[in-house]
Amino acid sequence: MISVKNRAQHSSSMKWRYIKQRLFFAVVTSAVALIILSLGGILSYVFINGIGVINWDFLTQHPRDSMTAGGIMPAIIGTFYLTLGAIMIALPLGVTSAIYLSEYAKQGALVRIIRIGINCLAGVPSIVFGLFGLALFVVFLRFGSSILSGSLTLGILILPTIIGASEEALKAVPQTFREASLALGVSKWQTILRVVLPNALPGILTGSILGIGRAAGETAPIMFTAAAFFTAKLPHSIFDEVMALPYHIYVLATAGTHIDQTRPIQYGTALVLLALVLGVDLIAIVIRGYVRRRKRW
Amino acid sequence: MSFMSRTLKETIIRNVLFVFAFVSILILGLIVLFLFQEAFPIFKVTSVTDFLFGQEWYPTYDPPEFGIWPLIVASFIVTFFSTLIAVPIGVLSAVYISEIAPPLVKETLKPVIELLAGLPSVVLGFFGMVVVAPWMQETFDLPTGLNIVNASFMLAIMAIPTISSISEDALYSVPREFKEASYALGATKFETIARVIIPAALSGISTAVILGMARAIGETMVVLMVAGGAAAIPESLFDAVRPMPASIAAEMGEAPFGSNHYHALFATGVVLFFLTLAFNLVADYISHKFKEVGSATL
Repeated sequence: MISVKNRAQHSSSMKWRYIKQRLFFAVVTSAVALIILSLGGILSYVFINGIGVINWDFLTQHPRDSMTAGGIMPAIIGTFYLTLGAIMIALPLGVTSAIYLSEYAKQGALVRIIRIGINCLAGVPSIVFGLFGLALFVVFLRFGSSILSGSLTLGILILPTIIGASEEALKAVPQTFREASLALGVSKWQTILRVVLPNALPGILTGSILGIGRAAGETAPIMFTAAAFFTAKLPHSIFDEVMALPYHIYVLATAGTHIDQTRPIQYGTALVLLALVLGVDLIAIVIRGYVRRRKRW
Repeated sequence: MSFMSRTLKETIIRNVLFVFAFVSILILGLIVLFLFQEAFPIFKVTSVTDFLFGQEWYPTYDPPEFGIWPLIVASFIVTFFSTLIAVPIGVLSAVYISEIAPPLVKETLKPVIELLAGLPSVVLGFFGMVVVAPWMQETFDLPTGLNIVNASFMLAIMAIPTISSISEDALYSVPREFKEASYALGATKFETIARVIIPAALSGISTAVILGMARAIGETMVVLMVAGGAAAIPESLFDAVRPMPASIAAEMGEAPFGSNHYHALFATGVVLFFLTLAFNLVADYISHKFKEVGSATL
């Protein structure tokens, strides 16, 4: 009698445990659903509202009639220059830093400080980078508000991303590769150059592409260092101000005199920026997946 | 090439690489230096306490008031509420990806989180401004849809990928034996996750939360476009506020170069910088202190 009662209690508690599990799984699944819905919602909303204004002229013309008509070509060009400049600065610096940290550095106080420094740099708010760029590049070094100042600021901003990705890629190259090369009498540097780097290249590439996406989408760092509300001509040198896609969205949506008339252009610009940034990110993700599948070790 | 010259060459390369690796530290130092240099003159006009705890931020009035307390409060409020929203969603999604999802779903979800992380903040701010704000204003009959709640939701979207991906790493690195031991004792999957895996990954999850908060407090475009911009201590969740990054971004363009207002904005940047630095150092400390969470230490 007692044992039957116990078993009944036991089975109901087992049942309860599985009900709890079900509930938990439902909550977890809805959290994931919420993430997918917000991403999907934002993307499709911008797409639906922006696709109407996208055509060849929108992508290749200057803005007209105090920004209420025409295209966004100068902003696309400006973002291209700024991003190119940023990656040209961050890539060499980032890769060399990563080589030192991964191949040469011994665990010690100095390396620990460098790592903390990189982590802290990664956490600096983008607006603080903007202030720094303004104080150092625009004012102190007299580069003015220009492609150069903006690129330097963005380059510093994405430096930790590049270092992190490159270091990870270098560390993923098996130790045996290095040992085989060193055993053949090849010097350490030659080993890094001819054996380690080529094998780490896809990973470094992925990291750099993600850095490009980040640099292209940032607004706050270029507000005081490079971006102009409107330029009549395209930039001629790295000391010229430029229009940029993210800044264009911001000014048209908040500061323009015709906020409502330019709304379709705002959506269109947002769509172009999204396509650019997420497209770039997607390329990086695809390359990474491809490389992982084809890995020979 | 003689042996000596080869060793010499290697030493030179090693030292050159070290210099490059040190650039990050150098930049961090330069950031501190230049922020301080541009911020310092404001403290000839106002004291540090008056600046930090002053209730009035009227930098363009005559005489001007440079008290950033309302901006600090605003930053903390939106950060707090966005964390409140982002932590459950971020951590639970990490649990799903790391422990529950079948491999194919996992491989699809991780890129989705990465794409969410890649959303330019200006697009999120724009979305919050033109879509969420009018909807909120109409639905809840508010004077403005640009307020704490709206900004917190948009910031949460920014913080979720950070929290999710770092938590996932932490959950993933929990040793297999822990799970197997728990299953062998007859625990259900839920019990294993709740009582074994999450506790074992707690330090990593804490790091994730702190870094998520750092992300939220430093985020500029969202609060600039969505928080409403009122530099006053809010009385309700539907009040407009002006967090520190928004104030800097909105006013720097109009502040005359070298004016007190200009220096005050740099000083606000200093406060923001050290706040996020503190968050990052704490996160770094936690993740290092509890790094050896292996079978041996638990």
